[in-house]
Parts: sequence; C-alpha cells; structure tokens
Amino acid sequence: MPVSTAALVRTPEFPVAEPRREPLSPHLARLEAEAVFILREVVAEFRNPVMLYSIGKDSAVMLHLARKAFFPGPVPFPLLHVDTTWKFREMIAFRDRTAAELGLKLLVHVNPDGEALGIDPFRSGSAVHTQVMKTEGLKQALDKWGFDAAFGGARRDEEKSRAKERIFSHRTSSHAWEPRNQRPELWHLFNTRIAKGESMRVFPLSNWTELDVWQYIQAEAIAVVPLYFAAPRPVVERDGALIMVDDDRMPLMSGERPQLRQVRFRTLGCYPLTGAVPSDATTVEDIVRELTLSRSSERQGRVIDNDDQASMERKKREGYF
Amino acid sequence: MNALTPTKAAAAETPHGLLRFLTCGSVDDGKSTLIGRLLYDTKAILEDQMTALEKDSRRHGTTGEAVDLALLVDGLEAEREQGITIDVAYRFFATPRRSFIVADTPGHEQYTRNMATGASNSDLAVLLVDARKGLLTQTRRHAVIASLLGIRHVVLAVNKIDLVGFDEATFRAIVADFEAFAEPLGFRTIEAIPLSARFGDNVTEPSASMPWHDGPTLLGHLERVEVEADRTVQPFRMPVQLGNRPNLDFRGFSGTVASGRVAVGEEVVIASSGHTSRVARIVTFDGDRAEAAAGDAVTIVLADEVDAPRGEVLAAPKARPAHTTRFRARLVWMAAEPLKPGRGFLLKTGARTVPATVSQLAAALDVETYADRAADELPLNGIGLVEVETGAPVSLDPYADNRETGAFILIDRFANTTVAAGMVTETLGGGNVYRHGFDVDRASRAGLKHQRPVLLWFTGLPGSGKSTIANLVERRLAAIGRHTMLIDGDALRIGLNTDLGFDAASRAENIRRAGEVASLMLEAGLVVLCAFVSPFRADRERLRERIGADFVEVFVDTPVEICAERDPKGLYARAKAGGIKDFTGIGQDYEAPLAADLVLHAGEGSPEQLAGQVLTFVEPLIAGDRPTSEDSAAL
Repeated sequence: MPVSTAALVRTPEFPVAEPRREPLSPHLARLEAEAVFILREVVAEFRNPVMLYSIGKDSAVMLHLARKAFFPGPVPFPLLHVDTTWKFREMIAFRDRTAAELGLKLLVHVNPDGEALGIDPFRSGSAVHTQVMKTEGLKQALDKWGFDAAFGGARRDEEKSRAKERIFSHRTSSHAWEPRNQRPELWHLFNTRIAKGESMRVFPLSNWTELDVWQYIQAEAIAVVPLYFAAPRPVVERDGALIMVDDDRMPLMSGERPQLRQVRFRTLGCYPLTGAVPSDATTVEDIVRELTLSRSSERQGRVIDNDDQASMERKKREGYF
Repeated sequence: MNALTPTKAAAAETPHGLLRFLTCGSVDDGKSTLIGRLLYDTKAILEDQMTALEKDSRRHGTTGEAVDLALLVDGLEAEREQGITIDVAYRFFATPRRSFIVADTPGHEQYTRNMATGASNSDLAVLLVDARKGLLTQTRRHAVIASLLGIRHVVLAVNKIDLVGFDEATFRAIVADFEAFAEPLGFRTIEAIPLSARFGDNVTEPSASMPWHDGPTLLGHLERVEVEADRTVQPFRMPVQLGNRPNLDFRGFSGTVASGRVAVGEEVVIASSGHTSRVARIVTFDGDRAEAAAGDAVTIVLADEVDAPRGEVLAAPKARPAHTTRFRARLVWMAAEPLKPGRGFLLKTGARTVPATVSQLAAALDVETYADRAADELPLNGIGLVEVETGAPVSLDPYADNRETGAFILIDRFANTTVAAGMVTETLGGGNVYRHGFDVDRASRAGLKHQRPVLLWFTGLPGSGKSTIANLVERRLAAIGRHTMLIDGDALRIGLNTDLGFDAASRAENIRRAGEVASLMLEAGLVVLCAFVSPFRADRERLRERIGADFVEVFVDTPVEICAERDPKGLYARAKAGGIKDFTGIGQDYEAPLAADLVLHAGEGSPEQLAGQVLTFVEPLIAGDRPTSEDSAAL
C-alpha cells in the first residue's frame, strides 16, 4: 500500500464512555445474553469457527461479547479481516492495536488476483471493486483456512433483505445464500448441521438496532475507531456524498479541492465508498443523542447500496456478507 | 452486579422492557401495511428510507398516488414481484415505554412453518382479520399454532374496518366468532381492536370514526400488556452449553439459565447422572454474581469434581426434569415429504442432539374443529400428536410447564434440514424415575476386573454360525481370565421376551430389550457377547447409539444357501414349506451392515479360525485403558 503524503488532519485521541456503574437496561441485557448464547453455541458445535472483523462498531461490540462469552477463558477463535487495501488508515491502525492489546489471533487476507489486476474503486467502479476485493476475497479466505462457521456483525434492521436473514445462515459449498431454502429457526434451537464443504454464517447481533449498538458501546465503554466521532476532516462532495481524502491515491477532479469539514462516519468501509455526515457528535453520548433525533438511516452513506434496487440481496446470494 | 441487582421480573415492569410479538393473517389481510404503519407512526422510518419508499410506491405500489407502507417491509425480490411475503422478517421499533421486535409471518398456506418459527420466540400474536371476510381457515390455523407454541396473549386486529363503513355490528360478529373458536386454546388475554392499517385508525391514534370503540389503540395495548410469564419462579434449569476450562484451576459450566434462579451455595443436580453438588461460584466477565435468573448467560462453578459435559442439564434437585428416552409430543411437520411413523431423525433439545425415532403417530389435528383424528401420515404443515423414542436419554419438561426445556426440533439426518418443531406433552417410560448417583460405578466395577467392558454384537442370518462362534470366543476369553456373559437371542425369547412375536415392531423391541440387558451387564463391568439375527439396520444403529463407543458389530456373513443347507434347527425347511411367517432370509429381508466393525466370511475358515479373528480384534480393546465415564457417555 503506498504511503500517503497528503497533508491530513489527525483525529484527536478517541473518547471512551465512562464505565457503567449501573446494570444494563433489561433490553440490552437480553440482547447481550442472546448474543453470548449464539457465540457459545457455535464454539460448541463447529470445528473451525472464525470471526469476521470489519473493524467497525458492530465488530467492536461482537468482539466484546466474545470476550464475555468465554471468560475467564480466551476468545477461542481467530479474527479475520478481508482487506480491500482501501480501508481508512485509522481503521487499520485500530485493528492492529486491538488485536495486540487483547492478545487475539488476527488473520488478514487481500485478494491477490484483485491486487494483481489493480482493481480500485475509482477506475474499476464500486460494484466491481466490492465484488472482487470483498466478496471474492472473503470466499478465498474462508476456503484458504477451511472455516466452517463465520461470525458476522450484520443486523436485521440495516436493510430490507437482511430483515429475513437467519441468525444461523446456511451457505452452500460455493458460499451462496439461497433465500428460498433457509432453515426455520425455532426457539433457540439452532440447527448447526452442515455437509462437507458447506459453511454457516452466524450473526449474533441479528436482533440489535443501530441505537442498541451505540447504547451498548456507551454502557460497556467499548473502544471504537475514532472516525465515528466528529472532527475536522478533508472531504470532497461527490454525487451528494462527502468523501474523505484519506490518502493521495484518490484522484481529484478538475476544480475539486478537499475542504476541512466537521464530519463523522456512521458506518466504515472503503474510504472512497463511504460518505461522511456533517456532525458535531464528539462523544458516544453525543452520538446516542444524535441518533435518537436522526432522520436518516446509517446505510445512507454506503455508495454500494445505491447501485440499484435489491442490490444488497443480489450481493448476498453471491456470497457477500 | 450483586444480589441487590433487580430481578428480571421486576425489570419487566419498568418502561424499557422488550416485547417480542408476531403478526399473522391471510394473504391480503394487510399485515405488511399494518407493520409499515407501526414503523411509520413510531418514526422508525428514516428520511432516506422514506425517499426509497416513495420511489418504490410509484413502481410497485397498489395504493395509487399514496405511499404504500407495505413496501417498507416486503424485502425480497421475489415477493416484491408476487406481492406476498414469503418468509419471516424481523422488524424493530421502540417507543419511550417499550422496545419491540416484530416477527412478520406469512399468510400463505404452505408457509405455516414460518408462522411457527415466528411464534416460537414471541410472547404475543397479532391476528389480522379482514373485516369484509371475517374468520378464515388461515386465521383459525394461526390461532391454533400460536396456542400450541405457548403464546398466551392475542390481539384480534379487525383490519380494513373503513371498507365496512366502520360498522360496529360487523366487528362484534367477528369478535364473537373468534371467541367461540378460541375458547379451548387457552389464551389468557384476547384484545379485539377494529382498525385501518392504511389510514391509521386505532393503530397509534384513537379513531374519530369509531367512537363506539372504548378499548385501547393497537400500540397503546402493545405498550402496556403484561406478558412475561414469570420464568424466574419456575424450577431452576440450565442446559450446559460448553465446559469452560482455560487452565487446571478453573472448571466452569457455561450456559443460559432456562428457567428459575440459582444462587451461590445452593444445591443443584446433574439431571442425567443424579449427582448433586453445590454452586461454588457464578462467574461473568463483569465479576462474580450471587445469583443468576432465567435469561442470564453465566458460567457456573460447582463445589465438587463432577462432570457435566455439553447437553447435561443442571436442575433443582427437588424439581428435576424427566430423564427419559420416550415421550409424547405435538409436532408441526415442516418438510414436503409426509412424516410416516418409524422414521429416524436427529433430535435437538437444549444443548443436546440425539438420534430419535417418531415411533407412533397417534393423531393429526384438524385445525378447523380443533379435534384430533387418526392419521397414517402427517403432511407438510400438519400438526400431529406423536410418540418419540430417543437413542439416548434426554432431560425434558412438558412444554406447558417450560417453553425452553419442553421444546425440540427434528433434523433430517441426511439433508440436515429442520423438518419439525416439537413440544413435549408428556414423558413416558419412567419419566418420573430418576437415576440415583451411586458411588460404585461402571469404571470402578470394571477396574476390579482389570478389563474394559465391551459389547460384541453378532448379527447374521439364522444358521450363519453366530452362536457357535460367540461360544468359542467366550470360551477363549474365560480361559484367559476375562469376565464375560453371553446372551443368545433364542434364550432371551424363552424368558424375558416371551411376549414378543417376529413382526418388525416385535423384532425392534426384542433388540431394544437385549440392548438394555447388555447395557446393564456392561455397567457391571462385563464383556458381553450377544448373538441375535437382528435383521434391521435401524435397530442395530439404535443400539450403537445407545451403547456408544463400546459397541462392536460383528457381521457373520454367511451366504443364505449355506445357512439353508446347514439349517441346524430345521427352520429353513419349515419356512420354505410355509410353516413360518416373517422368517429372515425367506419371508423377510436381512439388511446387511454397511460398516460393521468386523466381517466374518463363513467360506474363509473353520468356526475356530473365525473366532480367532474376533479375538485378535477384541482382545486389545478389552485389555485397553481403564474405561472412563466419558467413554460411556460418548455417542
């Protein structure tokens, strides 16, 4: 990855919520217990599970829950990050620091074919970039290490097609998701049986909402990437989205000049595909307050979702998370 | 957290509790519109979603220029095209009083399984009825499924009331109809609300068009209805999900408390072994706790060195679950191929998965009349009353007493699909007889004899030489000082099994009893040799599952011509003459083992040589390490 020479503004040390003094709200306690149950069930029933770690807030919560589920034992599976080489630099720094501080095994995979072809989100387009670097990269990584179960931080409230996703989502040996052939999920009796070569994607945060995630981060004082908090950042406006100029690989169009604006990110992905929102929320408390007043959904900043209607569902069938 | 932590029961009274409910109704009753309305009115729909909705409404909508709220929740491409919901979808919204998770379940007949899925995790059901159509078969079916799955609170939402001119008499007639039908279903509350999802009447705001309705709005009722059956006052149960043993100094049992509560210092029993111990610690990431209650995910450390592997249930010693291999249950059948009695599955309950057979189909439920009728098979979406036998004992409660420990699923062993949802109605066969944890156990008995107990199961056609070879093997084992016992099929039929015939069911029972007797002898520490025709693969597989790692299947593979020629008891001659019905090899098939531990070919040697092959195989096993309890528990 080329080293950036762009003059960029550093984000201040990220704030952490005060540790909670009171027990969790009954609602969050129930969500937490459900997620812990799911994490334990996978470790008990699968041979080689892995946690897909995307470095975002949902991953941070999921990782925190994993530490709780197996305490006092260690987290009994590695983290896997499918790197597209276009993540925000602060994300990569946070990823490496988190793994080191918590003593976790971190696996990083970059699609070598995509790298050789020089796929990038600007010239190849967001659809091709996502397909090659994320979807294909993920499949390669799962095959490479032979994982039979992979935790993901997806939530049902994110998007319409995800509302129907199972907590234990069966994938064929080619990693495909078949919306018409899903297993019914009754009680908490998860059917974990798979044939050779097949795998399971497991979503412990299925029943969490974006607000739940932030309230939990606040209550548990969980560290997240500083990009979630508002700070002056160099951005350009493209197709209505505020794109942060994170390094000098980003080609500027004629007349385009990065402007410093007080922004934050509601979701994190590849920086050229992730729009910032103007915000003054500099603490977790601010974010929770902002969210309770918010009038737009978090995936709004995702450029890939707007590709066309029902695009998320199609990506999922192809093996995207 | 400490003992002063408010209990979950108390917490349910506080504003920020959670209600999980499901919506069900027939196609076009307006479910999706109603959920869209709830999301819209509680501001769970955000600006950009609204923009997408307006765009979608123009493309796919059925409401003309107005925004079609149903499109908010119809997610998958196929159902957008068909205009029907084809799966369970989960929606989330919150008010200052409560958070809600809605399971949106389909009305289409072939998707009843999804309704059961949604109901299994819900505490309340909103049943939609189209005011113009009244109760339909589907409405009745959904009410019955909701009831069977343990839902005790129902809202009868009489929708599209605007299309009948907000007519009170129409509403009253539907309510009276429903109340009559629902009488035997055991609902604790039925709240009937006339509403219009499309225009919002009585959904979140009282309707000016229906001054005659003096009840709550739908949202008002959902915010206030008290549904938490207090799981914390039921007897304590915690299925062990996994052992937590990071080092030699810590040995905990992780799981989620299914019901009741438990405190440090209290006595608990391990349901299968009957061993009791005291709770030494309740460990969590946030520090040790003094107690844990239903719904809490914890790790329990016991005071004694007792084993409780995954699948065990920790329970209150004075109110234990039944521990049994036989029970009756309600079954919702979810596979396209009908259920026929006798089929084998995997059964999952709590953290335990065991082989199981639906041994009997007692009746199928007619949902229209709520009456049970005799049936030979259970079709897709059929609701049956069945008897189940498991390959190993499981700890269970009736579903009516405990929704966690009384529920199970059946899994197809080959396709790995979930084919049925089951609810225990009654445990059988000593369900109320509990094993006592005795101090002298199999391991110590076997240890005295310096041998590992093994079951040698000889199977093959009548006259194949099973008994002859088994006899030679036992003589040799006795000669080298092994403690043995030979059980011969014919001998057992003269005594213990004198009441059994030779049809398939009797043969299965014959083998089951033989296996139980052999199992007792293994407990006594003996090397057991059994010589049984045992023609059915399923019967022998059940044995293998029952006995576990100590089961050695020896297939005496002698061609039927040779057996008939030997005919030591003159049976082949009689069978050919028609004197014996169901004779294996002539009237009844013999299903050869697919993966026997040892195959003996009659043509390849004398009985002495064949016995020698058995001894070569089995002597190292018997001489092996002292058996452990884990060996006997292994499936």
